[in-house]
Formats: sequence, structure tokens, C-alpha cells
Amino acid sequence: MVSVKRIVLCALILCGAAGGVAEAAGRLRVEPSAIVLPPAGGEARLTLRNGGDRPLRIARIDVTGDQAGLRVAPLTRTLQPGETAQLAVRRDGGTTPAFAGLRVVCDDETLPALPGGGPDERVGAVAVRAGATPLLGWLVFLPLLGALIILLAPGSAERFARAVGLAATGGVVVLTGLALSRFDAGARGAQLVDHAVWIRSLRVEWFVGVDGLSITMVALTALVGFIAALSSLSIDKNVKAYWALFLVLMTGMLGTFVALDLFLFYVFWEVMLLPMYFLIGLWGGPRKEYAAIKFFLYTLVGSVVMLLGVIALYYASPAGSLVDGTPAAHTFDLVRLASEGRGFATTPRLFGALGFAEVVWALFFVGFAIKVPAVPLHTWLPDAHVEAPTAISVILAGVLLKMGPYGLYRVNAAVLPGATKWAAPFVAVVGAISIVYGALCAFAQKDLKRLVAYSSVSHMGFCLLGLGALTTSGWQGAYVQLFNHGVITSMLFLLVGVLYDRAHTREIDRFGGVASQMPRYAFVFGLAFMASLGLPGLSGFIGEVLVLLGSFPSYRALTAVAATGVVLAAAYHLSALSRVQLGKWNAAQWKDRAQFPDLTAREALMLAPLAILVLVLGCWPQPLIALSQGSLGEVLAKVAGGR
Amino acid sequence: MTGALDNVASLREVLPEAIVGVGSLVVLGVDLVAARPRRARAALVALAVLALAATAAWVWRAPGPSLFGGLLAGDALARLGRALAIASSVGGVLLLSSRGRGTGDRDSGEQLALVLGVTLGMSLMAAATALLTAFVALEATSLFSYALAGMRPRSRAASEAALKYVVYGGVAAGVMLFGMSLLYGMHGSTRFDALASFPAGVAVPRLLAVVLCLGGFAYKIAAVPFHMWAPDVYEGAPTPVAALFSVGPKAAGMLLLARFVEAIGPSVPWELVLGTMAAATMTLGTLAAMPQTNLKRLLAYSSIAHAGTLLLAVIAGGDDGRAALGVYLVAYLVTNLGAFGVVAALERRGVEPELFAWRGLARRAPVEAWLMTLFLFSLVGLPPLAGFFGKYVVFAALIAKGGPLPLALVLLAVLLSAASLFPYARILRAMFFEGATGPAPAVAATRLDRAILYALALPTAALFLTL
Repeated sequence: MVSVKRIVLCALILCGAAGGVAEAAGRLRVEPSAIVLPPAGGEARLTLRNGGDRPLRIARIDVTGDQAGLRVAPLTRTLQPGETAQLAVRRDGGTTPAFAGLRVVCDDETLPALPGGGPDERVGAVAVRAGATPLLGWLVFLPLLGALIILLAPGSAERFARAVGLAATGGVVVLTGLALSRFDAGARGAQLVDHAVWIRSLRVEWFVGVDGLSITMVALTALVGFIAALSSLSIDKNVKAYWALFLVLMTGMLGTFVALDLFLFYVFWEVMLLPMYFLIGLWGGPRKEYAAIKFFLYTLVGSVVMLLGVIALYYASPAGSLVDGTPAAHTFDLVRLASEGRGFATTPRLFGALGFAEVVWALFFVGFAIKVPAVPLHTWLPDAHVEAPTAISVILAGVLLKMGPYGLYRVNAAVLPGATKWAAPFVAVVGAISIVYGALCAFAQKDLKRLVAYSSVSHMGFCLLGLGALTTSGWQGAYVQLFNHGVITSMLFLLVGVLYDRAHTREIDRFGGVASQMPRYAFVFGLAFMASLGLPGLSGFIGEVLVLLGSFPSYRALTAVAATGVVLAAAYHLSALSRVQLGKWNAAQWKDRAQFPDLTAREALMLAPLAILVLVLGCWPQPLIALSQGSLGEVLAKVAGGR
Repeated sequence: MTGALDNVASLREVLPEAIVGVGSLVVLGVDLVAARPRRARAALVALAVLALAATAAWVWRAPGPSLFGGLLAGDALARLGRALAIASSVGGVLLLSSRGRGTGDRDSGEQLALVLGVTLGMSLMAAATALLTAFVALEATSLFSYALAGMRPRSRAASEAALKYVVYGGVAAGVMLFGMSLLYGMHGSTRFDALASFPAGVAVPRLLAVVLCLGGFAYKIAAVPFHMWAPDVYEGAPTPVAALFSVGPKAAGMLLLARFVEAIGPSVPWELVLGTMAAATMTLGTLAAMPQTNLKRLLAYSSIAHAGTLLLAVIAGGDDGRAALGVYLVAYLVTNLGAFGVVAALERRGVEPELFAWRGLARRAPVEAWLMTLFLFSLVGLPPLAGFFGKYVVFAALIAKGGPLPLALVLLAVLLSAASLFPYARILRAMFFEGATGPAPAVAATRLDRAILYALALPTAALFLTL
């Protein structure tokens, strides 16, 4: 009886045999196809062989890219069929990694043409990597590796899944610590860079690196991710699937923050959608399917509009080469788009006053504004936050919301500075509206989690206001607010989760006097709410005050409006705090006080690092500001200059 | 035509097609004499024939000269069409072969012989460079398809599907032939390369003739307004046959259309004509899929929407457009075969292709549910799945072309892409979020079914590695 496996095997063998009949590509053969040199410097030998049946003329060897300390022996020869030649590539030791491309200029007609060269000049490309560190690659893909391990485990494997999940997120924290220790806050440009070709035919590269802002975001993701993992230990149905999706989500988030190739950035941005849809929809609250599909549709519409912007920027980008020297007519390299794009400002206007840069800016803004979330594109947020399980709410508010302003910095401001300056008043107005509208909505909420969700809308409005102000204080405030809000809002959702775990309700009016039963919880609750409303001395104050200081010179009226948001924030926070924690215990609702034990060890462990950060960064925000200062200043100078 | 091979020298170049053609007769013979289980044995022979054809296609995969004095092409487009035809038939044969038990189908291999016939027609369609060759190839594909569509015993839906297909196809073929005869009258030759230049004064009748021809091509690819047969035929035909219809003839039709568009040249306002057709097709496909509760109909409308996106690649034209068409067709092939494959596998296990029957599938048949999720997200176009890369290269090719109409079309396409999430999400909601309405499917999954689905899931997830 012939089985399926045998059929497939025979087919494979047939194809393999036929493959042997295949003819080879061109005459130039290079061995090895990529050179890796150690950081301390070293030498490698490249063997060039003529694998065809006609003489191969090698005109010269060009070097593209990062040539610091790289020395290549010259070579001009004609190789007969079957003949080989050796090439020495030497690099003296250097502190920074170098990515160069060797171009073997020859006359093999199957290779791409040398730009600006003669008809007979074709380019065979070899990548040279010296001193590159795969640290960021490990950081990004460690969670994905964990997810694959979980999926391959047999059976329901609940304890195994939890263990692998914690290990992966813990590993990410360790690697982030390593990255922070190697990060030099004073240096300019991207650090810990890794650069290789990914999809050659589409000119997409694996180009990752961190600058001041990215590393703070990566640190936030690692911390919040680990704490969310701790919170996820209480998930008890479909545990394997949950952890696999959670880890894929971690990879997506980390990848978005370190990607320096626009296509790669987009891929990681989209990778987050699928896991989030299931995480909200399968493990969420009563209206989870509605919340999940709303979240997915909103974000997907934003993403596809962004795709148009990605393609448009690509086709307008300057020519150059991939990292290994392959000539490329366009590029996705965000660093080059920022430095060589000249803002993509064009004189022919497309629609009225809008030029190419403005239209592309708007396309990207739609995608990022949905994530911020900016009013009026924010309506997915309350539903998604409320219906998601606690750990996912923490990730959603703590990390996902930060991607909007990060994208505005990385793409809109850095690559399209002129358009950013043009749109800055609009951004500031949207920010101010978000602040006030979010605060007013929060004030009206009866559900504690919904109140926190709307407070997120309000806080992220400060980010937009600071961005639109185009002043140093404004930008520093905006991005400090980003990190601090991530920490504070994670605390808030965790605290709501603690109460929900005990009471199975989040209705504010049903509580009262909780502080008398759960004093430690009340302390942390009070700390978090004070930080959220912006009490000086806690970290939430720093961002808000810097934003207000920074936006006052640019938009006095808007700043005044935004300042009322601060008052409103105090109003709703204090109102909720007093109704939940203070007053008499609501004995009519809760007869059995033993239903409300104080913080457990796990809960305290989750809240402690966040509380410490809130206190420390409230008094001494300098480390946070110093990390991102350099890169923010650079981009702001370009934007303020308008080109 | 200079450089074309004559009839005798061309025979060697069409060896894969000849193998498939002879092979279909061999399969018919095997079906007559073989002992039971006939379908499985006939399927083995059919797969062997396809493997042989694939090997021959691989050996002759480099683009070659024109064949038969200019009637068939041997260029890259033809090679791609041949590869897609063989790949889609392998999928069709595998899906058909696993149906022997439990679906009430007769244990016979006739359908497999017909599938091989369809393969021959599709391969010739992609290579045709003359009007009559195109017509013959298209009709060959259609005739075998009509029979395949109706081959479900005691099924009124299948008979109705086949009848609708025949009537529609016959009318479309007649209209197309009329247009082709007008073109012949104006140009004096049926060859595609003679269609570019035309005598003065016939521009308007020529436009009319081109539109009539387009009617036939659009019918084959199920583009608006010639799409109406597709939902009924896909719903009534056996699911593996619907799977084959959704990928094979559609791909061959698109390649033929691309060739025809290039041959007629810029004298016809293709951007306007194909642009309107593409916009209407994408919109109708996406919107009409939303209220569907029968999964085969839903996937049929989704196929119509994808045909609209493929038309965008034809509009883009040039090297970029052709490359984009190729990538999208490959991605679409694996994804759609996968989606239909899951429907077929579950149908074989007793789960009807209706949304109410799929409720709670994530608990009852988790492997199929998660694989279906993968295929559906690839159809939506989420990276890093294959469907995203297909859509990306098409949109990139069109944006590179530039101009107000192409840019407007791309904007419409991306918004409809996002909207297309909605019908697919209804399937996901039924599978994952709604309660289980019954026990696990009565029949266990076979290794063959699982192997097919995994074999399709792998390229769907990892196509970018080959780009």
C-alpha cells in the first residue's frame, strides 16, 4: 500500500534530481558570500572564481558603506574559465561596528549594472560585517523563539508555557539591561547597529539599531512586558495559546522600536495586530469580540493607509546601495531617508497647497494617530482596554500606545521635517482637544477601568501638544511623558485588576472605604493616582510641566486650554480615589470583608518596580531626559529649521 | 514570425503539456481497469503524471522562442503559467483524492482525468499568442470545468452550478469570439503581435471589439460585470473543484489578459477600462462577501475581490507589473488552496461549509481552526504572510507608475483590503468566539488532509524567504 509520505518523498527526489540539471547563474563565483571580521580587527580572504566558459574580466574592487579602518587589496585581472584569484580584506580594530559592501566590478552580464558605469561594468556584491553585535536581534527574537518552543510542546503544557513565557520576558529584561549598559548617551546616531540584506528583490534590509529614544522605549517594553507576564500567570484557559500569542506580541513590539528600515518597521507594526486580536477576543471580558474586532479594524485601516506612505517614500527615495554593495535605485533605510531625503519637499503641489511631503505626512499621521490615540480616532481604546484581560490592558496602555508618538518621531519628524513643521499647529490642536475631551469623558465614567482608559487618552494628548510645540522643552516633555505614562498607566491597570480579582466588578459607586480593609493597596493606589494626575514629586508631573512650559511660547491659548485639562485630571482622579478608597466601607454591597485580602506577594512584586520608578523619576528625571536628549535635539533642529 | 520554431521543432518544447494531455487519457484508462479503491489509484497515477510534467517543465524552465510559428509563446510569462497550472492541479488532485470516503462521492477517477484536461487548457491559455489559440485554450479549460462543476451525484446544487456555468460560459465565449472575429477583420491576422497597429478610421469599432473580447477574459477571471456565475458555481461544485477553479483558471486568465493588453497596446485607454473593472470588482467582491453565511460563497466573493486586485497588476504593466502579477498569483495560489482545503477537509469530516456549523470549531477541530486563521490573515494581507507580499508588490508597481487614476485605485484597494477583514473575521468569530454547538467532527482527520494543509501553510507563512 503506497502511503502519502512515500509519494511526497518520491516527488521531492524527482525535483531534486531535476534540480541537478539546472544551469548555473553567472560566471563570477565568490567564496564566501559574506565576510565577518572580528571586532578587534583581522583579515579575511576572498576567493573569486570564473565558473563560466568565457574569460571574466575583473576591472576593480570598490568599497561602499562604512569604510572605517577597512583595507582591500586592489585587483585587476582577467580570469580564464576555472581560474581563481585571492583577495585580502583587512580591518584594523575599531570600536564601532562597520558594515561595508565590496563591489567586484566585472563584466558578468547576469549581474546588476554599476550605476553611472560603462556598459560592461557589472557589480557582484559581497557583504563585510566587522564587529557587529547580534544583541538587538536576540532581543527581538527571543520571545518568538519562546513562542515556537511553546507551540511545539505536546499536550496542554500549562506549567511549561508559563515557565517559558516568564523565562523569555525575563531574558528580554536581561538583554535590555545589557544593551543599556553598552549604550552611550552622548554619542550621536544609532548604536548597537546590525545591518544585513533581508529580501534582496524588494530592497528590504534587516537594519536595526537604537538611539536615545528607542532605547527608552525598549526598556519600557521589557519592563512592562515582564510585569504583564507576571500578571498573566493567572490566565487558566488555553494557556499555551495565550503565551504563544503574548510572546509573538512582544517580538512585534520590540521589533518596531529597534527597526531602522521602513519596510521592517511596517512588518513589525503589523505583526502586533494578529496576537492582539486574539488576546482581547479570547481572554477578554463580556464584550470581548466587539472590542477585538473594533481594535483590529481601526488599526488595520491606519496601517494600510500607512502602507501607501511607505511605498510613496520608497519610490521618492535617493538611489544608493544595499549594505552589501548591491546597487539599489531606492531605499527603505530610515537613517538615509532622514539624512539624504531633504524632507522630500517638492515644488509641484499635488492638491492645492499640499505637496508630496505633506500628503505622505498625512498618510503616516493617520496610522500613528489611531495608535496615540488622538481624538477623534480614539474610540477603539475604551472598549479594547476595558474588555482586555489585565495583563493585556497593561501591554496595550503601557507599550502599544507609545508607538504612535514614536512613529511620529521616527518617520514623520525625522524623514519629513518640513511637513512636520507645517502640520505642527494642527498636531498641537489635536493634542489639546484630546487632553480636554479625554478628561471630560473620564470624569463621566462609572467603571474604574474605563476611567483609566480615558485618562490615557488625556495623557497622550500632552504628547501631541508637546510635539506640536516644536520647542526643546515641549519635545522633551512629550517623550518623557511617553515613558512615565507607560509606567503609571501600567500601575493603574494592575491596581484595577487587583480590585477586580477580588470584587468581580469595577463600578466605582459600589466601593467605598477600601483603604480600611486594604491599607497597602490603598497606599499604592493613592501613589498611582497622584502620579497620574501630575502631582509634583512624582513622575507624571515632569512630562506635563515640560510640555506646558514648552508649548506656552508657541501657543498661549492652547496651553491655557490644556492646563484646564490638568485641573480636570485632578478632579476625576481625586473623585474616583475618594469614592473607592476613602469613606466608610460599603457594607451593604460587601458583607464579607475577607473577600478583600490585601496585596499578595505576586501583586506587590508586580507593582513595586513601577512604584519605585514613579518615585525616583519624579524627583530625579535626569537619567531619562539625558538618554533621549541627543537624538531628540537633532531631529527637532531639523524640524524647526524646516528642512 | 522570425525566431519562431516550426511545428516539429516546437513539439519538444511543449512536452509538459503533451505529458498532461496523454496523462489524462492514461488516468481515464486506469479508472476503467483498476481495482477498488479506484479514486486513490487514479489519483496516484495523476500525481505521477503531474510530477513528470513538472520535471519536464523544470528542465525547460528558461524562457525560449515562440512556438508553432507564433501561436504559442515560450517566454517567462508562459513558463509561469505552466508552473501555476501544474501547481494548482496538484492541489486539486490531492484535495479530490481524499474525498473518496464519507462524502457520498462515487469512487471513480474521472474527475482526476478532467482536472488534467483543465491543466492542459490553463497551460495553453497562459502561453497563447494568437486569438484563436487563446479561444481554443479558454474553451478547453471551460469545457472540462463545466463537467467538473456538475460531478456530484444526486446533488441539485451541483447540476444547477454546472448549468449556470455552461450557459454563462457559452454566452461569454460567443461574445468573445465575435470580438475576436472583428479584430481579425481589422488587422488581417489573429496573431497578438499584429494587433498593435491598425488601419486608420477603425479606432472606435476596434475599441468595441476589444471590449467584447474582454468580456470573455473577464468571465474567466470572474471580474465584474461577468462575475455572476462564480458564487453559484463555487457553492454548488464539489469543494476541491471550487478550490481548483478559484486558483487555476483565474491565474491562467490573468496571464492571458496581461498578454492581450500588452498586445493591443496604448491605443485603448486601458487605465480607464481596466481601472473601472478593477474598482468595481474589488468593491463588489469585498462588500458582497460580508453578509454571506455559506463559506464557499464567501470565499467565492473573496476570490472575485482578489481578481480585482490582480487587475491592478495588469494595469501597472511593464516589468514591474508582470513581476507583481507573478508574485501575487503564487501567494494567492497557496493561500486560496489552503482556505478551500480547510473547508474541504472539514466537509469530509462532516462539518458543513456554513457559518453556523463552524461555530466553536476552535475547540472541536483546533488544528483546522488555526490553519484557517493563517490562511484568512494571508488573504487580508497581513505581514509577514504571503498575501501581504503579493499585495505589496502590486501596490508598489502601481504607485511607481503614478498618475491620478492609478493612485486613486491604490487608495481604494488598500481601504477595501482593510474592509475585507470583516467577512473573514466573521469566520474567525464563529470559530473562536462562539460557543461549541456540538461534539468533535464525527470522522477523524486523515494524515493526507493534514499533510496537504501543512504543505500549503508553510509557503503561506514563509513565502518571503523565496523573494
